[in-house]
Amino acid sequence: MRTWALCLNTFRETVRDKVFLVLVVFALVMIMSSRIFSFLSVGLELKIVMDLGLGSISVFSLLIALFVGTTLVHKEIDKRTVYTIVSKPIRRYQFIIGKYAGLNMTILVNMAIMTGFFYLSIWLMGGSWSLDLGLCILLIYVEIMLVTGLALLFSTFASPTLSAVFTFLTYVLGHLSSDLKFFSEQSENIIVNIFGKVFYYLLPNLSKFNFKNEVVHGFAIPMDSLFYSIVYGLLYCALLVIVSSLIFERKNLR
Amino acid sequence: MRSVIEIEGLEKVYRSGVRRRNIHALDGLDLSVAENEIFGFLGPNGAGKTTTLKILTGLLFQTSGTARVLGKAAGDLSTKAQMGFLPESPHFYEYLTSRELLDFYCRLFRIHKASRRKKVDELLASVGLEHAADLRVRKHSQGMKQRLGIAQSLVGNPKVLLLDEPMSGLDPMGRRQIREMIRKLASDGMTIFFSSHILSDAELLCDRVGILVKGRLVDVGKMADILKPRMGLFEAIASGVDGACRERLEGICKRVALRDDRLHLEISGEDNLREAERAIIEAGGVLDSLSRMRTTLEDHFMEFLKPDEAAK
Repeated sequence: MRTWALCLNTFRETVRDKVFLVLVVFALVMIMSSRIFSFLSVGLELKIVMDLGLGSISVFSLLIALFVGTTLVHKEIDKRTVYTIVSKPIRRYQFIIGKYAGLNMTILVNMAIMTGFFYLSIWLMGGSWSLDLGLCILLIYVEIMLVTGLALLFSTFASPTLSAVFTFLTYVLGHLSSDLKFFSEQSENIIVNIFGKVFYYLLPNLSKFNFKNEVVHGFAIPMDSLFYSIVYGLLYCALLVIVSSLIFERKNLR
Repeated sequence: MRSVIEIEGLEKVYRSGVRRRNIHALDGLDLSVAENEIFGFLGPNGAGKTTTLKILTGLLFQTSGTARVLGKAAGDLSTKAQMGFLPESPHFYEYLTSRELLDFYCRLFRIHKASRRKKVDELLASVGLEHAADLRVRKHSQGMKQRLGIAQSLVGNPKVLLLDEPMSGLDPMGRRQIREMIRKLASDGMTIFFSSHILSDAELLCDRVGILVKGRLVDVGKMADILKPRMGLFEAIASGVDGACRERLEGICKRVALRDDRLHLEISGEDNLREAERAIIEAGGVLDSLSRMRTTLEDHFMEFLKPDEAAK
């Protein structure tokens, strides 16, 4: 109940901070793009709208995770709202889980509404939605959960600006980690080899959540890859929340 | 009477700056607060009052020593369930209304939905905020926030209440209301430990006070012992005396001040007192009042700060 109270409160905070204004921008992007591409690209409109829609869902959700996630803990300490919470009979890890779950709930609702607009645009273009499209969006959500976990982790010890930089860098490198490993293996320098491996195993492999190309071009998502990616993502999220909790458990709230 | 708060050899060292210089916020603090006592924790800014309260509430971790509340280590979950805390100049979620905020704190105490509404109404009434129940915190005045802070500290029906500067930022009316509230809570059986640098409030409220300077407890005692009459010191008010008499009194008294056509005299020793009385009567004046001077908490407090001030 305590964690749930913190989760609901974080959700309420983001709603009242007008985070959902992002949805208005998204809806405008989708409606405008359907109109523009129906004139510009004969025969490929649906693919372009799908590509743009999935990309937009991913980018807008990433923006929320970055901007809200990186201030999640720091703001509570900076504004001293944490004093009246941690002094109540709650464990510190419950505070961390509550904040994390609350932000993920916000992103989930946000993505659900964006998906609604997205499906509407596809329908307006004469297309239809498929299970694979839904699964692709589910994987985007798992990826964003992981990014939120990274933002949460950094926000337990760094300022919001630094947390945002660290999270964004990890996001970029996370998408390149397979490439980094591949190129480092080509090198004859042992140090480059080691760094490549360390980065590969330490950083989250975010390319595992990207099935946008398959869906846009009508290929099915392999179920084993989907299952593996979801389990990998959830385990990584759990690890990030545990490490964040351990850091916060030892933190002096000055 | 059993101790509700027991602190032994408490030390807190902060590391500050690039060179990680050690700053001793608490330096071997020993203190005990008895059940149902109103204890005033006094000291200048930076003495370590807030650090002590934060250790007791589990917000900070001590470097060494022990801090126990209700027989258990500070920060223990079961202790926190029986403890209320008001931080200095409290900050709350500004997007919530008073009612929503207190409901949120009730949830942290696992108060069931059926009784939450009643509890919140009771709390709002107890601090006189019924009219602001549906007003967002961002529109609250400082006094309203302070009262809301007291309300949130009472959510779990605590046995011990820790208040950090509860009167700061309040007007005289607000201070009086908070004082009355604290007295009422103590009369209901609560132990109250509060830090303050407003000595007049402490003087009016406390059973005992402790004075903290540079992280060390330099004095602790009952108010009745501290506010004792000062031996051989008198204060008198005289009226209807002329300039010559005033000059004569200035030679006898420690201090003479003219206020509203009356002379306020501070007299040391009984011989001087008799001589001053004679001078007033001989000049045809009237001795309006005469009393023994008492030590104020401020006098007592300043005695401990003097060596520190001198060192500066």
